[in-house]
Amino acid sequence: MSSIVNFASRLESAIGGSHVIADPAVCAEYAVDEITPSAVAKPTSAGQAAETVRFAALEKLALIPCGNRTKLGIGMPPTRYDLALDMTGLNQIAHYDPGDLTLSVDAGTNFNEFAVPLYNQKQFLPLSVPFYFESTIGGIIASGVDSSLRHSYGTARDFLIGAEFVDGTGRLCKSGGRVVKNVTGYDLHKLLIGSIGTLAVITRLNFRTFPAAPASRGFVASFPSLEDALAFRSLVEASPLRPSSIELVSPPLLQLFLEAEKNAAEPPLSPLHEKFPNDSWHLCVSVEGTPEVCDRATREFEKLAASLEAKKMQLTILGENEGADLWHYIGQAIPLLLESCPSAAIFKITLLPNRMSALLSQLRALAGQASLDHVTLARSCGVVYFALLPRTDDANSFDRLGQAASAIFALCTKENASATLPWCPTAMKRRVNVWGTRRTDFAVQHKLKFAFDPQNLFAPGRLTLNA
Amino acid sequence: MYSILVRELEKLLGSSSVLSRQEDLVLYEYDGSVEKGRPDVVVFPTSTEHVSGIVKLAAKHNVPIVGRGAGTGLSGGALARTGGVMIVFARMNRILALDPENQRAVVQPGVVNSELTRAAEPYGLYFAPDPSSQKSCTIGGNVAENAGGPHTLAYGVTSNHVTALELVLPDGEVVRIGSAQGDAPGYDLTGLFVGSEGTLALVTEITVKLSCKPEAIKTLLAIYDSVDDAAETVVDITGRAITPSACEMLDGWTLRTVEDFVHAGFPRDSAAVLLLEVEGLAEAVAAQAATITEVCNAHHAREVRVARDNTERELLWKGRKNAFGALGRLAPNNYVLDGVIPRTKLPQTLRRIQEIGKQYGFDIGNIFHAGDGNLHPIVLYDPRDKAQFERALKASSEIIRYCVEVGGALTGEHGVGMEKSELMPLLFSDVDFDLMRRVHDAFNPNCALNPGKIFPLGKGCGEIRLRPRPEKAGARK
Repeated sequence: MSSIVNFASRLESAIGGSHVIADPAVCAEYAVDEITPSAVAKPTSAGQAAETVRFAALEKLALIPCGNRTKLGIGMPPTRYDLALDMTGLNQIAHYDPGDLTLSVDAGTNFNEFAVPLYNQKQFLPLSVPFYFESTIGGIIASGVDSSLRHSYGTARDFLIGAEFVDGTGRLCKSGGRVVKNVTGYDLHKLLIGSIGTLAVITRLNFRTFPAAPASRGFVASFPSLEDALAFRSLVEASPLRPSSIELVSPPLLQLFLEAEKNAAEPPLSPLHEKFPNDSWHLCVSVEGTPEVCDRATREFEKLAASLEAKKMQLTILGENEGADLWHYIGQAIPLLLESCPSAAIFKITLLPNRMSALLSQLRALAGQASLDHVTLARSCGVVYFALLPRTDDANSFDRLGQAASAIFALCTKENASATLPWCPTAMKRRVNVWGTRRTDFAVQHKLKFAFDPQNLFAPGRLTLNA
Repeated sequence: MYSILVRELEKLLGSSSVLSRQEDLVLYEYDGSVEKGRPDVVVFPTSTEHVSGIVKLAAKHNVPIVGRGAGTGLSGGALARTGGVMIVFARMNRILALDPENQRAVVQPGVVNSELTRAAEPYGLYFAPDPSSQKSCTIGGNVAENAGGPHTLAYGVTSNHVTALELVLPDGEVVRIGSAQGDAPGYDLTGLFVGSEGTLALVTEITVKLSCKPEAIKTLLAIYDSVDDAAETVVDITGRAITPSACEMLDGWTLRTVEDFVHAGFPRDSAAVLLLEVEGLAEAVAAQAATITEVCNAHHAREVRVARDNTERELLWKGRKNAFGALGRLAPNNYVLDGVIPRTKLPQTLRRIQEIGKQYGFDIGNIFHAGDGNLHPIVLYDPRDKAQFERALKASSEIIRYCVEVGGALTGEHGVGMEKSELMPLLFSDVDFDLMRRVHDAFNPNCALNPGKIFPLGKGCGEIRLRPRPEKAGARK
């Protein structure tokens, strides 16, 4: 205990007493996979964050940077964890130039804090990722989560244009800049996306922002069969339309949305209840543009629907406000799943789109064999979120969950798909590596980690790929 | 040393794939920049195994290696600054797979950019990065420099379209990074290696995303009597949240030269033109074209023409993409710069470029990607006049410094190479260099790959010794 007190007090001397917390109750709030740090540092400047890292390097302390801790469970349990580095004290918009469509924001800034000024300028960042409303921008980038808008706007690697960060030697570095096109030097900032705090402590991020479309419209095509829904997806992709999102929602996932709607504190803008048929797969498509573009999309969808009359398809057209809640629930499907089933194991699988049908069938079969409930959210561009939901928390359920997880990783390897398990109970991580099966680029990844963080201070063990 | 290495390379590749005579090597001491650097041996592999074998042989003889596509880059990135073995990928030029359903292609690095689009066209697809040199530049070169082009305004640069790479590391090991679908577990290695200018690994296979051809395209030519008005139009278009797929600007001096050569239809008496393109659904294109015309008129455009058909559209683009060739008619050489600025700083930067031109006694033309602030000022000079060449370098350096001063960067699409390595401290501190060097050394610890690029001398590969050469006018030391 005395050494902990000593390191906390020494850290207080380094960055100031008000920035260090050693209260065990507070530290417990920063636990990662049941491992609790001995202290929490809350810097309010990049300089203090760098000072904290230098202190950790000197004292050989392992630290995990965090924001609002909504996605800290992603990754393997840390092998060491002495200090939590809470970055929420760095929370300013450093630069926003609507004319240039560029934004520079401190890592600890809450999503809503910069979303509002962007909204006021009719601009936005396409990062409506899981938990976004309570996330910091640093957490969103470090966790590498995606949103349904990746279909047309890409992922963060397509619009993150620069970053400032503290490396493992405790020095403040930068990469990229604040212009939308820039190939000066190595794109080190791209490495921070999805690095879950293992490479550096992000202090500031620069983005290209996007103009908001003047109008949008939603189209939900509901089918009794998965195959028909996927076939319709192909028709939409082959049409001249360029939707902003195409998401496939499985029947039980829609039920979860309806439950959430029923339990919501505020009444829905336009209730989803009774809009869509039960026991159907729902292909949810969003189109953005001028009202004329939205009208054209309506005509195209009606034409496609007419050609599929024999497939018992139901087409629901949603105006801008009518679709808002559905898109919100799709964006927050993962938080909803975790809330309804905290021991859920949620895979993220990426694959070529034309392999989706075969893979989804096999995934469902595996879940069925293990007697586990399951839900699917699939992005048309080739991303599948597949959740296994144990009905009880007993050992038997847990065993079946573990076996199914191993089988899913093996299946994905066979099908040339990349699978990870970003959300699952900590105990599960003792049975499977959440980063999936063997990768041939392990040595390259390891070299990079060492270049950024030579002493392995940052979140050791959390991103451990199978060699 | 080289005679033994040449024999070993000939044994590996066949004698027709190895060049070592000075009269052959001299062809490879140039690229699109004003730099020079002659290799000692040039080799033409046809497979990844060849590349791995070459790298191992070079390592055995402690000789540096430089990869090269078509040599169209503007930064000296594909030049052998310290001599050594140059690997020319011209014979690794096969499209290995075309998967229209998943909008993917797998190509060797020597595939010419426009050839991929030609192969994808029957499926309604194309490869979006379209550098002006797309009829000759290779996709391997695009990957090394993270190349752009006019349409990257809407569709992004090369890294936005690459999902996986096969690499040969400096010890000859072959590694695959990324995945065909895109996301791969772990760090975004593809994002790092694209644009690393051949200093971390050699790329031997590239998986790219293909894009769907739009339903409708409209190309507009806005004609101005004042450069300022054209520049203000660009600022206003961005400010009004319109994203054309391309927004190019040619100033009067440049467009007259181009018009004399290409006869693209640029009015010779104008001060500047904007070449604008919008793509997408017919309804969206019509609305955007109308708004853009409105903005152009608000900024005193003399006329806004809409290309009537594909022939007229192609002619306008021919004028834009052949501009650098046209300028070759005016002087023995030209120095094409590549700087980036925030778009709102466009009017003041164009004025500053003219001032710098006057100061150093040059007419500086501008033909550039205005929509994303990627400038390409052109300085014409005679390389035989050493004093003039030195003045051209100073003027160019001053322009790039100004780009940085207003919040921009050193390069938007051609890379740092050897041209701008000494300007890197304008943007990066010693601490930044130290991290970049650690990343560099993690893969290329002995500086075997493309030495003397990106880093200022002394901050990357230690003190690189540049090989003494006979003094040449027009070649930087």
